[in-house]
Amino acid sequence: MSTEASPSQRGRVWFEALTGGATAAGDLRSVLIADAALGREPARFIAVVADAHNRFPRARNGEVGIDEGWALALHVRQPIAADRDGARRPIIAIVDVPSQAYGRREEFLGIHLACAAAVDAYASARLAGHPVIALLVGKAMSGAFLAHGYQANRIIALDSAEVMVHAMGKQAAARVTRRSVAELDMLGATFAPMAYDIHSFAKLGLLYSLISGVDADAPRPEDVARVRAELERAIAEVRAGGPGLASRLVSREARASRAASIEVRRRLAEQWDAP
Amino acid sequence: MNTDRAPAAPRDYSRFLERRSFIEMRARERARAVLDPGSFCELLGPFDRIKSPWLPLQGIIAQADDGVVLARGTLDGKPALVAAIESAFQGGSTGEVSGAKIAGALELACRDCEQGRPVLPVLLLETGGVRLQEANLGLAAIAEIHAAIVALRRHVPVVGVVAGMVGCFGGMSLAAALCSRLVVTRQARIGMNGPEVIEQEAGIAELDATDRALIWSLIGGEQRWAAGLADDLEDDDAETIAAAVRGAFASGTPPALPRTVLIERYRERLAAIDPRQPLDGKTLRILWNESP
Repeated sequence: MSTEASPSQRGRVWFEALTGGATAAGDLRSVLIADAALGREPARFIAVVADAHNRFPRARNGEVGIDEGWALALHVRQPIAADRDGARRPIIAIVDVPSQAYGRREEFLGIHLACAAAVDAYASARLAGHPVIALLVGKAMSGAFLAHGYQANRIIALDSAEVMVHAMGKQAAARVTRRSVAELDMLGATFAPMAYDIHSFAKLGLLYSLISGVDADAPRPEDVARVRAELERAIAEVRAGGPGLASRLVSREARASRAASIEVRRRLAEQWDAP
Repeated sequence: MNTDRAPAAPRDYSRFLERRSFIEMRARERARAVLDPGSFCELLGPFDRIKSPWLPLQGIIAQADDGVVLARGTLDGKPALVAAIESAFQGGSTGEVSGAKIAGALELACRDCEQGRPVLPVLLLETGGVRLQEANLGLAAIAEIHAAIVALRRHVPVVGVVAGMVGCFGGMSLAAALCSRLVVTRQARIGMNGPEVIEQEAGIAELDATDRALIWSLIGGEQRWAAGLADDLEDDDAETIAAAVRGAFASGTPPALPRTVLIERYRERLAAIDPRQPLDGKTLRILWNESP
């Protein structure tokens, strides 16, 4: 069972800090959307947050549920259509998602499709020339992160103990791999891909930058200014580069930790056109 | 998209007896069965020995193809790519290498399409999702598979097959949902969270993972097809499934709108559902039935 007593507020806190308290659009209390200035242009900020009254009980702690998946798809696709003939506004996914919603109704009604719709929207925005940046301020877990953030051109994280990336919550991961939670922690300390903490994740070469020294729970104005500057730097780099995810395989960290991912692609390209 | 009815019980017994079970085939045989006879040509095969660098470190024996068979070949004479997941190795789970094989192959297919040389991509999905022994590298690979499907789908239909018996779960269920067309059998299951994970996270009152009849009634291939979440429901026969794959490509290029962009349709449908009320498979089929 989930042991989280009170859901994290970080998604909302950073959404409000970065949008300057802009009114959130949209019809769900669990998905916040606002267009606000970032540098000299407007950007779309999106966060998934806890809603204690969510009509789906399994999605009340900030999980990406079925309604959230489709809402993300809707609000990420709006700027693609609106900006078709003009400047493509950046899309910032503020990520603090403990998991996807685990429930019978969710499965039955196609949460996999709802989350795929969100993935599709973010990937399509990227391919249409919108710089898409994920800002990890809390948990970025599993399918929830796939749906909200993992399609970004660049991933930025706050250096904080509560910022975590993983494929599955610890208890469930322990059960599925027939290990104890203590064993999992030990493995994580040995193998970076299995760890939950953001420093281990940074070793995989998937992060654009890790911002330390900010108060992740109650950001001061200078913290917000630093994060904004980092977002703007990432956006400029995206505009200068391509729309794909190739940047995840080029850093020094990626060449060390994802050597196999690089080697597979290299040898595959060699064999691809061989008779 | 749906045909008029589910396949009826076989009346032509000779045909029934000649069936070759697709489910019982290993990934390599499945890829061969889908491609034109004699056209199968494996890429990064077992003799290339690109294995998981992470499993041996944890005392698990790696496999020389990491559980994914990539093959180039032809479908009705047209260049094709099949990526087949071997469920007998680590539950078909996506690790760094197996995931990079699928993503990398789709990326090359996309490159060829952009250069005016279309490649028809087929994904034979049979997986529990991320390989937890490779955790974040598996998740990263799945994000790259998603990215590649969305990019490739702009040029050619991406056809997915979930035959069973493992089914398609976790992040790879999103990959199935991103496919332009999805072929399933009655034995298939498609879900984001496997029944055991739901039971673990939400308790046995939410879902009893041992209740097989209930699970297939919720997320089984026939239910997914009847509710419009899969395109073709086929018998467990290699020839039938190969024909369905060919049919899926014949249905048009560029492909019809995938379900993942039908946002208003699904938001309306979901808005009409009250999660406090009980809802069973039969009712959902009536509510979401797409045939006129």
